[in-house]
Amino acid sequence: MADSAPNRRHTLLVRITHWIHTAGFLALVVSGAAILLAHPRLYWGESGGYPSPALVELPLPLNLDQSGWGRSLHFLAAWVCVFNGTLYVLSGIASRHFKNNLLPAKRPLLNHDLTAYNALQRLTYLTVIFFLFPLMIFTGLAMSPAVTSVLPILVDFFGGYQSSRTVHFFAAGLLILFLVVHVVMVYRAGFRIRMRAMITGRGAANAEAL
Amino acid sequence: MSKILTRRRFITGVSAAALSAATAGTGAYLARRYGLVPPDSGGLFGIETSMTYAAHRLLLYGQPLAREFGREQISKNFPAINTILPEDDAYRSDIPSGFRKWRLAVDGLVMRPSEFSLEDLQRFPSHTQITQHVCEQGWSAIAEWTGVRLSSVLNAVGLQPQAKYIFFTCIDGWWDSIDMADAWHSQTLLTYGMNGRDLPIPHGAPVRLRVERQIGYKNLKYLSTITVTDTAADWGKGQGSEGAENGYSWYAGI
Repeated sequence: MADSAPNRRHTLLVRITHWIHTAGFLALVVSGAAILLAHPRLYWGESGGYPSPALVELPLPLNLDQSGWGRSLHFLAAWVCVFNGTLYVLSGIASRHFKNNLLPAKRPLLNHDLTAYNALQRLTYLTVIFFLFPLMIFTGLAMSPAVTSVLPILVDFFGGYQSSRTVHFFAAGLLILFLVVHVVMVYRAGFRIRMRAMITGRGAANAEAL
Repeated sequence: MSKILTRRRFITGVSAAALSAATAGTGAYLARRYGLVPPDSGGLFGIETSMTYAAHRLLLYGQPLAREFGREQISKNFPAINTILPEDDAYRSDIPSGFRKWRLAVDGLVMRPSEFSLEDLQRFPSHTQITQHVCEQGWSAIAEWTGVRLSSVLNAVGLQPQAKYIFFTCIDGWWDSIDMADAWHSQTLLTYGMNGRDLPIPHGAPVRLRVERQIGYKNLKYLSTITVTDTAADWGKGQGSEGAENGYSWYAGI
């Protein structure tokens, strides 16, 4: 049957967490933008605001009325992504998914073998999973006056409240860049078959269609 | 794909779902039991603010202090937003005298309902702290605040044991509330001084609330009344704050 080992691309848990994360991440991007519009300026250090000079003046319209629902949606999606991401990482460790499929192996930097990830893909996924998402969580928590009363090291590490906010913004930018490249790659590799692989778990069995 | 594996998967899935439901149910029960449910817990976003509030209350169980800063870090520009001069006639006519007619009423579930003048509040032991005000908009500024601990005033009037919320109303009509963890916290102040001078009018003179472990909008300006209650149901839509009715969560430790 099509479910013999070499043809199975993604486990059920990977597929479910992938799509929950997709929804959560898109909600974070939209709500993050809504929050940002209330003050589209970035600073470095501890504090900052009008009329002090900004590190970056983002070319975005000022909108003070979107941050209420923006914050609520942002934290709702953040909770979902944190639980979902934790489940994904724990199961990925337990099932040796990271060890077998994502840790760098002796593979060419780029290849077109669709049954395994090449070195560049592995490095990118590892960076996203183990660096950028944790960075988003830590810089996010560093902006909470409640959390930093318990763990001031969170905000001190990034050099202050406004620095944490700025790092949060740029790390989000890198994640959005990853998403764009990811979707483009999926499209180029055969959108329907890649989508089916991530939805039903089957795909490489039909490699001839690529 | 064999049938056995399908069945095993099915059992695993059902078990995982049952475990999740049981965990969520137990969590909700314990949260209610230990007063970890905020007044604005309804609706989809209520799930988020309830989880955040419960998590923060457990995390902050030891009542840690919000970060404090050095004098050299005090911001030269401290923005003043929303009301910067209340329209109230009595307030405006009281400005030249330095708010001599202003009174802070403290009522509700207290042993001795009282009124305090600015001088009365200044006779309490004063406390000074340099902290960062984090506005929900995204800007932040550091200032030195001087005032009386809210706990000193609450002890002076004596709380009834069922006290659960401290409601504040303001001269500009705004109202909000905090829980007892924040009410008793040593950095929660009724401030009458800022950066070594009298609290400026744009920043809430004569008295502004400082709740340092929550963001800007909980730090109410132009205080006029403190009411101690055991429920949030009697105020507005029962969500604990005017902000919550406009989509800004009651708990704002973020």
